[in-house]
Amino acid sequence: MPLFGSDNKTKNSLDGLWIKCNNCGEIIYKKEVEKNLKVCPKCNYHFRLSSEEWINILIDQNSFHELWPDIESIDPLDFKDRTRYRDKLKETQKQTGKKDAIVTGYGLINELFVHIGIFDFNFMGGSMGSVVGEKITRLIEKTAEEQSNLLIVTSSGGARMQEGIFSLLQMAKTNAALSRLNGSKSLYMALLTDPTTGGVAASFASIADIIIAEPKALIGFAGPRVISDTIGQKLPEGFQRAEFLLEHGMIDMVVERKVIKKTITQIIRLLGNTGRRTVQL
Amino acid sequence: MLFHTRFLLPAAVITIRSAEAGIKERGTTPFISRKSAGKTIVKRASGKSIDAAETECYPMTNMIHQPLDFEKPIFELEKKIEEFRQLSSSEGIDLSDEISRLEKKVKKLREETFSNLNAWKIIQLSRHPERPYTYDYIYLISNEFIEIHGDRRFKDDPALVAGIGLIDKHRVVFIGEQKGRGAKDRALRNFGMPHPEGYRKAMRAMDLAQKFGLPIITFIDTPGAYPGIGAEERGQAEAISASILKLASLPVPVIGCIIGEGSSGGALAIGLVDKMLMLEYAVYSVISPEGCASILWKDQSKAPLAAEALKLTSYELNKAGIADTLLKEPPGGAHNDSKLMAQTIKDALLNALEELNAIPPDELVKNRYARYRTIGQFREAAE
Repeated sequence: MPLFGSDNKTKNSLDGLWIKCNNCGEIIYKKEVEKNLKVCPKCNYHFRLSSEEWINILIDQNSFHELWPDIESIDPLDFKDRTRYRDKLKETQKQTGKKDAIVTGYGLINELFVHIGIFDFNFMGGSMGSVVGEKITRLIEKTAEEQSNLLIVTSSGGARMQEGIFSLLQMAKTNAALSRLNGSKSLYMALLTDPTTGGVAASFASIADIIIAEPKALIGFAGPRVISDTIGQKLPEGFQRAEFLLEHGMIDMVVERKVIKKTITQIIRLLGNTGRRTVQL
Repeated sequence: MLFHTRFLLPAAVITIRSAEAGIKERGTTPFISRKSAGKTIVKRASGKSIDAAETECYPMTNMIHQPLDFEKPIFELEKKIEEFRQLSSSEGIDLSDEISRLEKKVKKLREETFSNLNAWKIIQLSRHPERPYTYDYIYLISNEFIEIHGDRRFKDDPALVAGIGLIDKHRVVFIGEQKGRGAKDRALRNFGMPHPEGYRKAMRAMDLAQKFGLPIITFIDTPGAYPGIGAEERGQAEAISASILKLASLPVPVIGCIIGEGSSGGALAIGLVDKMLMLEYAVYSVISPEGCASILWKDQSKAPLAAEALKLTSYELNKAGIADTLLKEPPGGAHNDSKLMAQTIKDALLNALEELNAIPPDELVKNRYARYRTIGQFREAAE
């Protein structure tokens, strides 16, 4: 189910002055890309963002408060492939400065209160194990309890194989929590970014009240390589991209990064809880 | 007199037959005899009658018992015993001492082999082509069964079957993945890999269960939800997710039984349950060992290592509390005595039904939430 390792080929180095666009191959001045919210000025490719970058884009300045930052995996299966899972975890934690693949918390979006969870794809492909499942479930429960608004920004290859069945059952755990959230009349929005596949796509990401996707984001159950291997054919152009899902009725809208905050604000104003406008930091 | 009503594909064909007359013994594997199919009424949706034999979609009649690699020494010995038997009857030689010595030896060898199975051997058993499938168990367990079809959206998916049945006095809704029997049927049932319409049919069955207050029994047996273009176009991810979501809030008992391969999201889609039964040689995993090996080892031939690492056997899952009840299989596996296996499953289901039927609906849903809420292992430093 998980489709992307941490050593993904499309990883971009934004070090140095110039970078190459993953999509059009254009060499672009780094500052220009950053000024443009990490969107390629030539082809509109949306580069993957870290959780900090998303917080900067979406959340009002100095209003973000992180919840449960200290949850860590304990390698429940004592899993070992070519390396030990616990070593890989330690190494990734050191590289990324994060404990696992999601940051959860709350903050204000144009002065409207939200609970928010943001995946970090560069932490083992944003894969969902016990830690990600637990943090999302707590976030959903907190949203239900406070009848606030929920936004989950996904970027994940799916379940984390190294935690075996515990990873698979995080899909059950998060969806069970969402079935409770449905009873609380709280707004749940999912923002699907590149890529959102496997166990994350097949659980909470696909059943939000409003599903938004970034342009050209890869979204689907199975990865493109698995599908083309299974059917023995090349896949059609644009298959499993956000625009393809929009056309097939699986998502509500494809929204460009430069208007994402405005769009989410509008959705909260129209559907969500607009009562709370402060955060306790 | 027991009656089954059954729809067969590809044409909508109804077969009503006597289960007692229809199921015959061959070895110990039940199969549906074409000639003695009891009272058989076959109709196409168009109303035109057709020959039952032409459409019978999973006859086990031509099954030749094929040993798995690790079973071969056992089969060699059995063959020898059979030869001695024939020899003693045709030549009139008394070989009874030799035969009973070999029988003891084969029994011991079987016990040794099967008490010491590694994960990869269990994977092979879970995929054994003669292993009883969802239909087999429905037939052997229930005294009546009527199948429903279609998702009312797009089409009927033969890889996932659902219907209403009767187990002793209990009316239940059955949902299960169905692998095919024989080349044609295997293709028809897509090797037990459902499309989104399969999971949407499952959700229809769940709605029926809710409306009529019936408990649900799911049989899990799939290599995974199908990865294909149409499946993606029609929202495979959404279908699986919606099915899991629906199970979470159903105010009726839900009992799961992993009978073969419980692979990934395709298994979990019908696997959020109050009680999970698991056959001894079934497996339940986040990903197939082959898939895991090709991603983490970059080498599919390392699948046996991945199988071990994923801890996907009934013994391990029972210990971890994921499978509540481990159901022992007959010597050599469920396919060696599917009637006995079905009886074991039936007894466990009746126990579970009795226990869960006594729980009020809102408490049932609350307990189900608590069951999944606590799954996951992590550490949290005190703030």
